[in-house]
Amino acid sequence: MLELKNVSFEVTDVNGEKKKILDDINLRFDEDKFVVITGPNGSGKSTLARILMGIETPTSGKIYLDGEDITGKTITERAKLGISFALQQPVRFKGIKVRDLIEIAAGRKMETNEACEYLSRVGLCARDYIDREVNASLSGGELKRIEIASILARGTKIALFDEPEAGIDLWSFQSLIKVFEGMREDLKSSIIIISHQERILNIADEIILIKGGKVHKRGQKKDMILDILGATLEGGVCGKYMEGSDETC
Amino acid sequence: MLNKDQLELLNEIAGITCNPGGAINIRANGQLAERNVTENINIRTKEDKPGIDIIVKAGTKGETVYIPVVIDESGMTDVVYNDFFIGEDADVTIVAGCGIHNCGEHDSQHDGIHRFFLEKNAHIRYVENHYGSGDGNGKRILNPVTEVYQEEGSSCEMEMVQIKGVDSTVRTTKDKNKKDAKLVVRERLMTHGSQIAESNYVTVLEGENSSADVVSRSVARDRSYQKYVSRIVGNAACYGHTECDAILMDSARVLAVPELDAACIDASLVHEAAIGKIAGDQLIKLMTLGLTPEEAEEKIIEGFLG
Repeated sequence: MLELKNVSFEVTDVNGEKKKILDDINLRFDEDKFVVITGPNGSGKSTLARILMGIETPTSGKIYLDGEDITGKTITERAKLGISFALQQPVRFKGIKVRDLIEIAAGRKMETNEACEYLSRVGLCARDYIDREVNASLSGGELKRIEIASILARGTKIALFDEPEAGIDLWSFQSLIKVFEGMREDLKSSIIIISHQERILNIADEIILIKGGKVHKRGQKKDMILDILGATLEGGVCGKYMEGSDETC
Repeated sequence: MLNKDQLELLNEIAGITCNPGGAINIRANGQLAERNVTENINIRTKEDKPGIDIIVKAGTKGETVYIPVVIDESGMTDVVYNDFFIGEDADVTIVAGCGIHNCGEHDSQHDGIHRFFLEKNAHIRYVENHYGSGDGNGKRILNPVTEVYQEEGSSCEMEMVQIKGVDSTVRTTKDKNKKDAKLVVRERLMTHGSQIAESNYVTVLEGENSSADVVSRSVARDRSYQKYVSRIVGNAACYGHTECDAILMDSARVLAVPELDAACIDASLVHEAAIGKIAGDQLIKLMTLGLTPEEAEEKIIEGFLG
């Protein structure tokens, strides 16, 4: 179980003024739940995910994993404790192959068939990709899937995904959503996804709506729909909640 | 007989710890240590200057020639002239390289001047590995000069590797390509301490449909300095590409100087150069997979240098 208690995060802007990105967040993520965090742009969702992974340090408050205070733990320590994180913009590496990344994620060498299994699960024709470099020759959609495959290979108790729909085309998204639907059906860990996409919201056990750095509401989609639409209108009308849209404005 | 240090060097630069059979010429401290020839590959000592001629018969396929040089004598300066004559339609691998072990106070230096003459449709894969070891104050210096003359339809793949221990190196490589001839160079380089490494490539594409692809990937650490100059001259309808990709660390410095000289309307020449530190996102990504920052850095460098 992952828990945030009174977590705030402040930054100082160019004028020297302090700005609160997260304001006294209290959240608990129970085991084996599929939770989607949504909200308007700039509401603090990605910051929240980065704080959970240890990429950012909260200005105040505490984070607990299974009762242990992990607030001061590094990214590496949290990874070893069982948290995985898929970045919004997957990283490219010259010279590091897809196989290498899967093996680093799994923390061990593996046979080709086993490594390919993870790629197949995210809809990639494994043998075409396993020896390719994770570099600019891969499309945004391919990189996203490889990123997810690396999370699957880790097999940790908590998996965080920061806007998996960001930066990919509509067709890639359509097949990506199937991967998440498959993960939902075969849930073996807590999955926390930052997303705007209705089809991802549809399969959530629980939705958390963040607005202005605060938890505005949490619950099931049927109880949240008006709040989500309201947040959409406040943030300016765009297609990001429309089914199948790849818009991430 | 090679001693223990020499055998270790041999393993580092050529991946062999004994005579693997086939064509081989091992040079140790400026002297011939071991030589084999085969039916198709002859090796002869030059009579006018130090060095050897390697003659590969036309049509020879699949053989490997080893010509490593090892030096473990401090203060040694070794200059060697090796000429390779590759017959028509031959397809062979040449494993060269030099390892210097210097535990003494004096500089040890090896200057290998290699010339390759590739006949029509010949193909070579040339692997050159430079390595230095030893804790003496004497420097380990390597200044290889490589010249390649490619006849019609020939192709030459060169892998130049220098990962560790060479204090100073100036690498000069020249290539001339006739019609349909192809050159591929992959240089991998890592410098550390106060090492200096300079690479100068000049490729002249003078035949129609000739091509060159010269790519350097390097890592510069500590206070080391690297200079990469790659000049491609297009005198015909040809394709040339040169790329310098460097990771910069600590207080190191890297200078990349691509030069393209197109003298034909149908010459297509491209250069790319990118120098920078390891991206923060790359480190973060590998740390989220459980690596420490140091492990992540090493993994990125290991992958980059392949």
